[in-house]
Amino acid sequence: MTSPLEQKKIRIAGTSVVTANRTWDGAVVYRTASKGWSADLSEAAIVRNSDEAKALLAESVADDVGAVGAYIAPVQVGEDGKVEPGNLREQIRRTGVTIGQPAQV
Amino acid sequence: MYAYDEIDRTLVNERVSEFRDQVKRRLSGELTEDEFKLLRLQNGVYLQLHAYMFRVAIPYGTLASNQLRALAHVARKYDRGYGHFTTRQNIQFNWIKLAELPDALADLAEVGIHAMQTSGNNMRNVTSDQWAGVAPGEIEDPRIWSELIRQHTTLHPEFSFLPRKFKIAITASDHDRAAIKIHDIGLRLIKNEKGETGFEVLVGGGLGRTPFIAKTIKHFVHGRDILSYIEAILRVYNQYGRRDNIYKARIKILVHELGIEKFSREVEEEWQHIRNSSLQIDDEVIEDIRSRFTYPAYEKLPHMPDELRQAAADPDFEAWRRNSVAPHKIQGYSIVTISLKPTGKPPGDATAEQMDALADLADKYSFGEIRVGHEQNLALPHVAKRDLPALWKALDKLGLATPNVNLITDIIACPGLDYCSLANARSIPIAQELTRRFANHELANLIGRLHINISGCINACGHHHVGHIGILGVEKNGEEVYQITIGGRADESAALGNLIGPGVKFDEVADVVEDIVEAYLALRERPEELFIDTVKRLGVEPFKERVYATR
Amino acid sequence: MPLVNGGKIVDDSFVKLAVDTPLPEGGDILVPAERFLGDAEAFLARAGKVGVIWPNNRDIDELVPYLGRLAAVALVFPTFRDGRAYSQARLLRERFNYRGEVRATGQVLRDQFVFMLRAGFDAFDVKKQADAEAFMQTAKRYSVFYQPTGDGRITALHRRMQLRHSEGVGT
Repeated sequence: MTSPLEQKKIRIAGTSVVTANRTWDGAVVYRTASKGWSADLSEAAIVRNSDEAKALLAESVADDVGAVGAYIAPVQVGEDGKVEPGNLREQIRRTGVTIGQPAQV
Repeated sequence: MYAYDEIDRTLVNERVSEFRDQVKRRLSGELTEDEFKLLRLQNGVYLQLHAYMFRVAIPYGTLASNQLRALAHVARKYDRGYGHFTTRQNIQFNWIKLAELPDALADLAEVGIHAMQTSGNNMRNVTSDQWAGVAPGEIEDPRIWSELIRQHTTLHPEFSFLPRKFKIAITASDHDRAAIKIHDIGLRLIKNEKGETGFEVLVGGGLGRTPFIAKTIKHFVHGRDILSYIEAILRVYNQYGRRDNIYKARIKILVHELGIEKFSREVEEEWQHIRNSSLQIDDEVIEDIRSRFTYPAYEKLPHMPDELRQAAADPDFEAWRRNSVAPHKIQGYSIVTISLKPTGKPPGDATAEQMDALADLADKYSFGEIRVGHEQNLALPHVAKRDLPALWKALDKLGLATPNVNLITDIIACPGLDYCSLANARSIPIAQELTRRFANHELANLIGRLHINISGCINACGHHHVGHIGILGVEKNGEEVYQITIGGRADESAALGNLIGPGVKFDEVADVVEDIVEAYLALRERPEELFIDTVKRLGVEPFKERVYATR
Repeated sequence: MPLVNGGKIVDDSFVKLAVDTPLPEGGDILVPAERFLGDAEAFLARAGKVGVIWPNNRDIDELVPYLGRLAAVALVFPTFRDGRAYSQARLLRERFNYRGEVRATGQVLRDQFVFMLRAGFDAFDVKKQADAEAFMQTAKRYSVFYQPTGDGRITALHRRMQLRHSEGVGT
């Protein structure tokens, strides 16, 4: 779970997406293929090599009014095409804290 | 309690309106994130895993009941109904929207609360003893000086863009509850032989990747000179502190690289230039600040009221009283610590409902005052002893009467990977599991005083280096691994813990802690020998053997 | 890059020399520190005002022998996050009583104007036109100041003392 703040080199091992937090409210979002942001991981643009990743990241970073702190995150794509986060950190970002929250929303 | 005057209120309001303008420019794209980031940090706004996080200052840990209600209001209106009290007398909200932040700040400003400099490379919230002004034997109330320094460090024109963050803590008691030795500047209030107030000044403490215990830079700085002396330290640091490497930018590294002698000579030289300047504080200024701290009109009360005598028959009440109630400087009164560490819950969290209810209890039983301590607990500082039974019943209903203060389940933990974008591993679930393992208060009492500190990354927000048992979460091959140290402490005898051996997996941590505790119970010379003293006497080895013999 | 001086956007009379720019015959010049120190007397002897561009990692003490003859000292913010020049500006104003122009250069942005003014800067190479235009409005953002600096603004502590004494007169 290396912090993306330490993500200096872009080296991707497999399928990845670009994720960030939406600027106005901070919500977790994913870069889509249509140059937008979506809160739904299934709508994320999937990249498979570092050139694609770099291009997607560059485009994402440029849109910092839309979302901030963009970085490349690993995902797993199942045989049915279902996209799942590739590590615990991203799992937590997608599904929330692993503990009960003290108050009901 | 310090009451803001029109001057303080004006500044806070000006700050809110400035930030409103900055947020507007950010959302319109006029400011880039790169330009905005530091501005939001200086207003307490981080970007975390799920959302923005908002950190609000509770200077020197003193809150009025209406201020606590305002925090509850922010939790309810702008967040998800709860807040997290931190190790530096701040409260954090985890789900705040940037667009709504100026409104939240404006609501807080109405009761004299702000978030200035709760983050960023500037002087952070000045912290102090949560028992300041009520602890028996205290030299004088350190909050007078804390407030003076708070004002001086707020929006400082020279030191708002330091190499790295800068934290100051003040204590005025022999027993250090403010952890001054792990601060960039630690101040210990003392009297000289003439009876004048001054400070022993310590510098260069800090945890993180390279932990250091602060060293004394000057044995006595007169109170009137304290601002110029701090200014001299900061000027040396601002000019010579490293800016090439974020991990080497804290003042502790500068002090270490120069050596305390050379560093103190640099400071001394700078200080001689400025000590007789307008930074010198005359008594009148101190008196003016003191005059705006109000103290309760205490009654003359018996040492042992009937109510207390009668309640002593209830073992649950007695267990709580013995654990959570401390002597007060005024006869007939007590300091009550409110544990925010109930079994199975995240350490330091409080719901809006709890905050509101506690504010009411503070009005009823504690002259409207609440304190926040670095152990992530709260306190009611002026409770009449006759009211203790009634207060206990009320707290118990709120889930705020867990009798585990200073015991093994009174765990300090950072938010960890559940919330924090810097974290490598989770902290809260580890704390929760430990509170379940040691939920039996008799067992916890048998073990006695034992501080566990958990951090989810090397930045050490859970102060793991100075936990009697310290737990540091790291990441290894995509898995959470925890390194365990023993023998650290954060008080007047501050020391860094020593690693007991290789890291262990997430689901082994509680077992390892149990092993360490069992080893201690077997090894201690007598029941009164605290865990920390057994470790000091025997070193790491016997604990290491016990933990790794079967692993 | 607009220059703000005396609160207004003005024309910059100074030409900034690089380390190797040929020296113009006349006119006002800002000279990099190293180049200036290499031949200070010659620079100071020529017609036109002379200022020095002083890096933020060099002790300002070295400049002290020349301050009386320098029209400007330009201090540098490589990024707005690097605050060393604030200390240098205060030393120039408060310790060495420098009365010439103290100019902020580099990443000079609106949200630092108040800090810079308080530290003693009076000229600003502002990075963005919009920020320069907003200068006066931004400079007035704050009316309360807790720290005494050489800019002479009254501090909160002093204002309280005045209030106390004026209240005392009537009673």
